[in-house]
Amino acid sequence: MRLACFAAAACVAFAFAASAQNSTTDGIAKYREALQEGNPAELWEARGEGLWKEPRGPNKVSLERCDLGLGAGVVKGAYAQLPKYFADADRVMDLETRLVWCMVKLQGISEADAKKNPFGNGNDKKSDIEALVAYVTSESRGVKMNVSVAHPKEMQMYRVGEKIFYFRAGPHDFGCVTCHGGDNQRIRLQDLPNLTKLEGAQKAYTTWPAYRVSQGELRTFQWRLNDCFRQQRFPELEFGSDASIALTMFLAKNANGAAFDAPAIKR
Amino acid sequence: MADPMKIRATLVGDSTEVKVLMSHEMETGQRKDAQGAVIPAWFIQNVTVTHGGTTVLAAQWGPAVSKNPFLSFKFKGGAKGDKVTIAWVDNRGDKRTDEATIA
Amino acid sequence: MKSGSGATLLALVAAAGWLRPDDASAQSWNKAAFDTKSMADTMKALGGGEPVQSKDIVFFQTPDIAENGAVVPVGITSNIPKTESIAVLIEKNPNMLAAVFDIPPGTEPSLSTRVKMGQSSNIYALVKADGKYYFAAKDVKVTLGGCGG
Repeated sequence: MRLACFAAAACVAFAFAASAQNSTTDGIAKYREALQEGNPAELWEARGEGLWKEPRGPNKVSLERCDLGLGAGVVKGAYAQLPKYFADADRVMDLETRLVWCMVKLQGISEADAKKNPFGNGNDKKSDIEALVAYVTSESRGVKMNVSVAHPKEMQMYRVGEKIFYFRAGPHDFGCVTCHGGDNQRIRLQDLPNLTKLEGAQKAYTTWPAYRVSQGELRTFQWRLNDCFRQQRFPELEFGSDASIALTMFLAKNANGAAFDAPAIKR
Repeated sequence: MADPMKIRATLVGDSTEVKVLMSHEMETGQRKDAQGAVIPAWFIQNVTVTHGGTTVLAAQWGPAVSKNPFLSFKFKGGAKGDKVTIAWVDNRGDKRTDEATIA
Repeated sequence: MKSGSGATLLALVAAAGWLRPDDASAQSWNKAAFDTKSMADTMKALGGGEPVQSKDIVFFQTPDIAENGAVVPVGITSNIPKTESIAVLIEKNPNMLAAVFDIPPGTEPSLSTRVKMGQSSNIYALVKADGKYYFAAKDVKVTLGGCGG
């Protein structure tokens, strides 16, 4: 940054403040880079692969016959085209709702049981969904996001998701757009991605799920949306609800074209 | 029984590079639960890495090692197809041993 | 002097019940060393004298700022000949010693792991080489403490 400096002292102070700012964000960028190696998410991926292949539930069947949109049992590249309209359910589903669907229809597990522990907490309260999501998403790493809105119900979900994104509510009159609708916004030391622009939308969506260091857990996109609602002091976003699928549809489709790069690791 | 470790052993020149991710809470004993009771310390205390019957690394850990610990180091020797074994014991006496093949 | 401190160490370890005769590889855990709040106390528990600062101990992939103290990557390489062990100490943690790694001959005296830091603090890399102790320090700022809650 070049400054025409006449008041040398003030100039130095200003330049120093600016460089201190940059060195902080640089420092954090270095921290995030150093974290990349040895991502504990791999432990969830391994467990998820086991859960996918293990015959479970009253029907003692594995999830290997589950159709995630590319045909029964096809996991590779499946996440990059979700959410998607499924004719057998006659609705648009994201990965998590589709996994619940397969657990219910194929394995005979009750919907209540399948949905009862979406967000794990420690070794005693592990979430099967999180492990399955880690495995399935890892099989889309490197695949370009290609979510379709060709089906009328897919387009409908996209539009509803868009409305939710811009909808201001709650005691703070926040909407997703409040934090994610502009450039260079930040909460404390975390830069907020601008989800209304392609670059921000792509970078944000393609790095979830992620091992969240602060949680000590692998967190999914459903968790991310749920936590955003909590942070905005909105009523709880129900796991697997149409609202959550609609928002996911909006954000996923907006990331189209970018290579999927998760499970990632975040602070 | 704890979840398996994720071990990667690769030949780099004439050395073997070992990278391992372990699944463990590594509870410090500093945290309190919602009722205010201290969550007891629960952490890996000993880690031993062996190759061909020789110990190539032995470690003593405290609870300050991060949850789901990651460790990376190198030792001279090793050949593709050899086994590297990693064993840990925690303060409750729980154990876990896993092995990987050098690639 | 050396055998004296060794006997004390052994007594401490045995008293803590951490020497298990049934373990094929007589694993011990130095309870006293993991209970110390100062470098001096840690050195006493490890049975060594005051460490000398050394430029031959290098940190790598260790950030200046950790966004979350729960996971701070730390990499240490010792270029001191005959390195026998590398320990990681975090000055302002409730207990200083985080980990001790014994480096048998043939193993590179270089490793990386992740530690918890309760607050911004110095990380010490403590190296035992040829019976003597050396150290290097790195200041790491932590924006969110990683010890409790």
